[in-house]
Amino acid sequence: MYTVVREPEPSLAPPGIDPELAERWLVAFLRDELIERRHVHRAVVGLSGGVDSAVTAALCARALGPQNVHAVRLPYATSSPASLSDARAVVEHFGLQERTIEITAAVDGYLQFEADADARRRGNVMARVRMLVLFDQSAKLGALPVGTGNKTERLLGYFTWHADDTPPVNPLGDLFKTQVWALARHLHVPPALIAKAPSADLEAGQTDEGDLGISYPRADAILAQLLLGYSDAQLIARGFAAADVALVRGRADGTHWKRHLPTTAMLTNTAINEFYLRPVDY
Amino acid sequence: MPSPEDRNAASQVALAIVQTKPRKGRYAENLADLAQAFEQLAAEPPDLVVLPEAALTGYFLEGAVYDVALTAERFASDLAATWRTACGERPVELIGGFYENDDGTYYNSAVAVRADAGGWRIEHRHRKLFLPTYGVFDEARFVSRGRRLETFAAVCGCSAIAICEDVWHSIVPTIAAVKGARVLFVPSAAPGRGIDGAGELTSVVRWHEVLRSIALEHGMYVVYAGLTGFEGGKGMTGSSCVVDPRGEFRVRAPLTEASIVRAVLDWREVELARAGLPLLGDLADVLPDLLLDDQLPLPRGIGGACTP
Repeated sequence: MYTVVREPEPSLAPPGIDPELAERWLVAFLRDELIERRHVHRAVVGLSGGVDSAVTAALCARALGPQNVHAVRLPYATSSPASLSDARAVVEHFGLQERTIEITAAVDGYLQFEADADARRRGNVMARVRMLVLFDQSAKLGALPVGTGNKTERLLGYFTWHADDTPPVNPLGDLFKTQVWALARHLHVPPALIAKAPSADLEAGQTDEGDLGISYPRADAILAQLLLGYSDAQLIARGFAAADVALVRGRADGTHWKRHLPTTAMLTNTAINEFYLRPVDY
Repeated sequence: MPSPEDRNAASQVALAIVQTKPRKGRYAENLADLAQAFEQLAAEPPDLVVLPEAALTGYFLEGAVYDVALTAERFASDLAATWRTACGERPVELIGGFYENDDGTYYNSAVAVRADAGGWRIEHRHRKLFLPTYGVFDEARFVSRGRRLETFAAVCGCSAIAICEDVWHSIVPTIAAVKGARVLFVPSAAPGRGIDGAGELTSVVRWHEVLRSIALEHGMYVVYAGLTGFEGGKGMTGSSCVVDPRGEFRVRAPLTEASIVRAVLDWREVELARAGLPLLGDLADVLPDLLLDDQLPLPRGIGGACTP
């Protein structure tokens, strides 16, 4: 009898991560981008009470020292008290500088004239006001705003354009949500933040996975293989549910524009970023 | 017996790799940083110094290549003058990568420069053959490719230079070895990716496999000089290293820090490795038959070994 050896079945698991390696790499990235390139020694991080901003703040603390990380809590009137207390736990755990700035008056100062604004519009206004505050605090403190968006939400378009995505430096943007969770455990982010369901916290009971219609582990597993170029048919043949594949593909394909700068009409052969090409760090 | 071109070379050569971490496009400032590295070397001057690809400008330049590219003579002169300031008339061979402007045609190049009391001269120039133009890379959009792979008589004996992707095509080190090279210098700029492995970036692991495979197959030293530092979020992986002719790492620099790597290249190691595993001799015997296969497009032959 011959021994038959078969290749393993395709994995349906989300991509893995070596969190210690990722930490080293991202700390080096933050030091290079802030201190060596921009000569900025302080970071401003909007702390939502969620895992992404907690991990970002922890990485900044390792890169710059916790005394140089200014965590800003930016609650709106309807924000969950649990978010505030979770953000406080991160501040205390990592020894960060903290400031709490209510955005209710700023948001309502505009929305009072927009009685028909639905939850999506209201959420976008809150996100843009939060970013306004973070940039202004950075100017005040001689700091740089550091972004917290992860690869999953970027690919699914689950963020407010020119708000969550605006900080000039983002350490997590090439990590899927499930990898951020693993990194959070490695960095000793308070376990309650890792365990709770991620939420934009715009209304009671809201969760990311409820909004998206798919769990992060399933979305990440599909996204990881979709990005490698596999077709929908190949993904389904590998064992992913057709509905999940269609959902993820649809969101990724429908939001390419959110991952780019504004579309500029090209009129000359010196158009910026079309013909005139210079890297961001030149 | 050493080959004729090697008779004047020392049997042991002190090597230093300077793993640079340049500020993007700031050539003069980066040259000043290099001067500091050379001053560090002055206490124990090496015979041979190797720098990475695009060592004093950074790698991802897009259209700024045309702002910062230099003639080979200007780059060689700057290297030699910097060495002379730090280490006086002590003879040295300096190998380093730069973007080259040759009368308006641009290349990703490296030169070997001999500097001594009599001045300096370019011993060899290699223009990158394989320009990565996929994914994050866009080289062929901005520079032209080289067309020849030459060996040259370096201070450490017959050697060749291959830049970064050049060595991912096994034909390149193969031809260098068959043409007599005992040392392959690999100036490189390799952006790191792959964090799902264990303790090492996947791209670095792949590089190590490639470098060790070259050294082992051909019984040659592989001297890898890696650029380091983040360029717009893309982190260059440093990891400059020396792989000996048995395919073992002698020394390796860290991932993300400007570093100096010191090692000794010893011909005897090449001879012993080739005696123990004579794959290169087998290859030299069989390769002509393979290349003369009339189903191959335009075989050109592999003549033209080192000249003294």
